[in-house]
Formats: sequence, C-alpha cells, structure tokens
Amino acid sequence: MKKKWYDYLWIASLSYLILGFFNILFAWLGMLCFVIPLVIAAAGRNKSYCNRYCGRGQLFQILGGRFGLSRKKDIPNWMKSKAFRYGFLIFFFAMFFQMLWITYLVFAGAEDLKQVVTLLWTFKLPWHWAYHGTLLHPGVAQFAFGFYSVMLTSTVLGLITMVLYKPRSWCVYCPMGTMTQLICKARNHSRITASQNQLP
Amino acid sequence: MEITRKRIRKKAFVAEDLCVACGCCVKVCPTAAISVVFGAMAQADPDKCVGCGKCAKECPASVITIREVGA
Repeated sequence: MKKKWYDYLWIASLSYLILGFFNILFAWLGMLCFVIPLVIAAAGRNKSYCNRYCGRGQLFQILGGRFGLSRKKDIPNWMKSKAFRYGFLIFFFAMFFQMLWITYLVFAGAEDLKQVVTLLWTFKLPWHWAYHGTLLHPGVAQFAFGFYSVMLTSTVLGLITMVLYKPRSWCVYCPMGTMTQLICKARNHSRITASQNQLP
Repeated sequence: MEITRKRIRKKAFVAEDLCVACGCCVKVCPTAAISVVFGAMAQADPDKCVGCGKCAKECPASVITIREVGA
C-alpha cells in the first residue's frame, strides 16, 4: 500500500521525546495528542486519530514489527477487559489531575518549580538540564515537566507491552483510545443500535 | 476416478464487545474487507473476506478469530 503523509507521523512522536530531553517546554506540544483525538471523536464521530494519525502507535509498530522487538504473543484477557481499560483510564486521569494540582501550586507561588520528570508516577528523574528559564511564569515549565512525565510514562508502558505482547498492545488500554471510543459510541449510539437491529 | 474437493471457506469474526477499534486490522487486510465502523468496533464483510488471517494476527487485543463457514 502506498504510504501517505500521515504514515510518517511517528517521526513527530520520536522528535517530541528527543526534544523534551533538551528543552522541557517542547512538552507543551503533547497537548496536540490530547486535544486532536477528542475533537475528531466528538466532531467527526470516528477514531481516525487512532486509526491513521497516532505517531506513537506507528512507532510501536515499527519497533515491535519491523525491528522485531515484539514477542507477538496474545495480550492477557484481563488486560483487554472493560474493567481494566476503564479502570486504567480513571487512574490515568487521577494522576493527570494530581499533576495539574502541583502545577497550580507553582502558579500560586505555594510550591517551587520541581525540575524532575516522574516516570511511572514513582521514579523522579533529574531533568534540570532541559530547563533554560522562561519569560513566562515557572508554572508553565512545571506543567511541561508534568506533561512530559505523563508522555514518557505512557511510552515506557507501551514499550513494555510491545515487547511482552503485540507491537500495538498499548492501543488496547491507551486512555485516549478508551475515551475516544466511548465518545464515538455515545455520538453514534442510534446508528449502532440501528445497525445491530439489521443483523440477521 | 474423479476426485472432488470441497473448498473450506473461512471468514474473520470480530468479538465486537472486546474490540478497541484501533484500526490495526484495517491496515493489513489485503481485500479491504474489514473496517472500523462508527469508531466503535471493527466489522468484517463476509462477502469480501477471504479468511487469510492477517487481521487476526495483527489485532493487538486478539479479538478476531478465523472460523470455517458453511459452503
């Protein structure tokens, strides 16, 4: 199949991770990966971001598929269950809001800027070389550190499941994927019901 | 002596309640038989599906099975 422009968006995902290592403020670009899928799901009523444009999924496909890093084993049943997918979504959001709270405290002057990236919500990695000061409030940088932490954590989780199971195993429990699917199911409820009623 | 062989037809079946609609199956299908509908689940068109199994192999949630169907 002839490659289209969106088949190369894995370069953007890889660039994001590299750029964030050198200047943490690039982390703000990750908001595009947060907003665009939701807009497409709400307005377009489809998951075309996941299906076509997700650079992270393409990256996992290349590393796990073409580079052969994946064992290509079936994902365990519990991991594809609604309980785990929705539970992980809620957990991810709880951690995200905690990050937003810390950002607010820095904006409010109650906390100092913490120049660390928190991996897997647990391990605080020094990342001070990526902060070169900002004309804006340090809270802007705090959000960048927090958001990059989220993106790096999800990338690491995706890499682990890529190796253990199939290349795009992350797609099964990706919070953005779960959310956009829920939005699509809600937006297309009547169409889905009509379609199922037509089945023999 | 004439030997007649009955062709075994196989088709892809998607467990729609478990499908995450990621679209991985769509990319690998050689006959464009499978598609993501309503952003909710993948569905295979039995008229186009040739049962090659590429979608089942690619599916990260392993919710696609290839089954024999009546002739």
